[in-house]
Amino acid sequence: MIDKLKIENVDLYYGEFQALKNINMNIQENEITAFIGPSGCGKSTFLKTLNRMNDLIEGVKITGKILLDGVDIYKDMDATVLRRRVGMVFQKPNPFPMSIYENVAYGPKTHGIKNKAKLDEIVEQSLRSAAMWDEVKDRLKKSALGLSGGQQQRLCIARAFSVNPEVILLDEPTSALDPISTMKIEDLLIEIKNNYTIVIVTHNMQQATRISDKTAFFLHGEIIEFDETERLFSMPKNKKTEDYITGRFG
Amino acid sequence: MQNIKRTNFSENIMQAIFFLSAFISVLAVLAICLFLFMRGIPAIAEIGFMDFIFNEKWGPTNTPASYGILSMIVGSIYVTAGAIVIGVPIGLMCAIFLAEFCPDNVYKFVKPAVNLLAGIPSIIYGFFGMEVVVPFVRENMGGNGYSIMSASLILGIMILPTIISISESSIRAVPDNYAEGSYGLGATKEETVFKVVLPAAKSGVLTSIILGIGRAVGETMAVVMVAGNAVMPLDKIELFKPIRTLTTNIVTEMSYASGLHESALISTGVVLFVFIIILNASLSLIKSKAQRN
Repeated sequence: MIDKLKIENVDLYYGEFQALKNINMNIQENEITAFIGPSGCGKSTFLKTLNRMNDLIEGVKITGKILLDGVDIYKDMDATVLRRRVGMVFQKPNPFPMSIYENVAYGPKTHGIKNKAKLDEIVEQSLRSAAMWDEVKDRLKKSALGLSGGQQQRLCIARAFSVNPEVILLDEPTSALDPISTMKIEDLLIEIKNNYTIVIVTHNMQQATRISDKTAFFLHGEIIEFDETERLFSMPKNKKTEDYITGRFG
Repeated sequence: MQNIKRTNFSENIMQAIFFLSAFISVLAVLAICLFLFMRGIPAIAEIGFMDFIFNEKWGPTNTPASYGILSMIVGSIYVTAGAIVIGVPIGLMCAIFLAEFCPDNVYKFVKPAVNLLAGIPSIIYGFFGMEVVVPFVRENMGGNGYSIMSASLILGIMILPTIISISESSIRAVPDNYAEGSYGLGATKEETVFKVVLPAAKSGVLTSIILGIGRAVGETMAVVMVAGNAVMPLDKIELFKPIRTLTTNIVTEMSYASGLHESALISTGVVLFVFIIILNASLSLIKSKAQRN
């Protein structure tokens, strides 16, 4: 297995408040890595450090090293280049108020692709990868805001595919969706993991067990335990992990 | 039981007061409409609709008198268009700057300045126009300075606060998660602002432009002081020559007009009013379209 992302001694502060404490982990290529933990434990904050979305928030200070294929993403990489390689899907579906087609074409256009035939191809490919081409191929020119919540979220996943990323970060992507939409997205993630590296934050422990290869349990800004998903849920080494996954708190 | 009754009573009184307040503003609009149309329409009928609207000859004191306002309609359209060409790009850029790029310590100065611009009385704009803009145009661009150009410059400045404040708040109202989605795809700040945030604020920006047009079309005092106010035959209308608009036609002649002449000026007001109604209708069209999305 190849380490796609290496995280070394990462601390993160919001002003005076330390939100992440000495995070160390390796995230491997073509696997699904899940982050679980109670609200406010730092799992989403940590996810956002992986494509520098925290740069947008004022007063955030990050120390330590995050390496993507061995390159320091905070020192030796432009944030726009990084975010193209490390895509993100957010908790609340956030399609742009444009047509379905324009939503998916936006990323490639931003990166300089103008050829209409090429864009058409990317849009179709991305929507196919997100398993929604057949649902929307007849209404590509319609507003994306007319889609259902689940479709909007899959469109956002298609949009993330459109710039051909290597890593996809998902921040509780199904928390606003119904069970059927959730299932579709989970199936999709399992299907595509051979081509991508996937990191998912989830509130839902069943979801972690269903789809992830490895799971990290976060508490108070620290990683308490990080292991193969099966092992973490069946034989947790740490008492706090056990308490959390058995529902004693959270 | 008694408590409930008392609440109902005071609620009824308050409701009556609210209703009355709403009714008074509606009444005012109705009264103005009624006055304008009752005094204006008969005059239009007497002059003849075509002769009034599509005739460029305005000579109420000539024999025979003529009452064509086409030149002023065109004049109003020209100075308003000029104001839009000058005011919209500057106002919009300023709004984008204030909403997206402005550091806090600069915002502290720019925002009150814009607000102050909105509060300056139009007579002051007029003075500024006469003393600064007109000479500037005369010396640098030609003509005697009293011109479409000067009126457009002054109106362009006057509509800035309308465009800036409404556009700024509509840009700020765009949900952050649209911008996040764009950054997440590797877009830069500029790309995100111009390709995602601004299009999402489109209806607010359009609203600001239409309100700006409304202000420019209706402005009288500042325009009368810089436009020269000569009635120009259509083929003589030029950027650096004087112009008369609908509003300045009324204000220049109302003091000595009587009879049909006076009524024709009120009819000029009717035409102006129709312009404003069209603008308001397009506003509600934009709003209902924005709501449907």
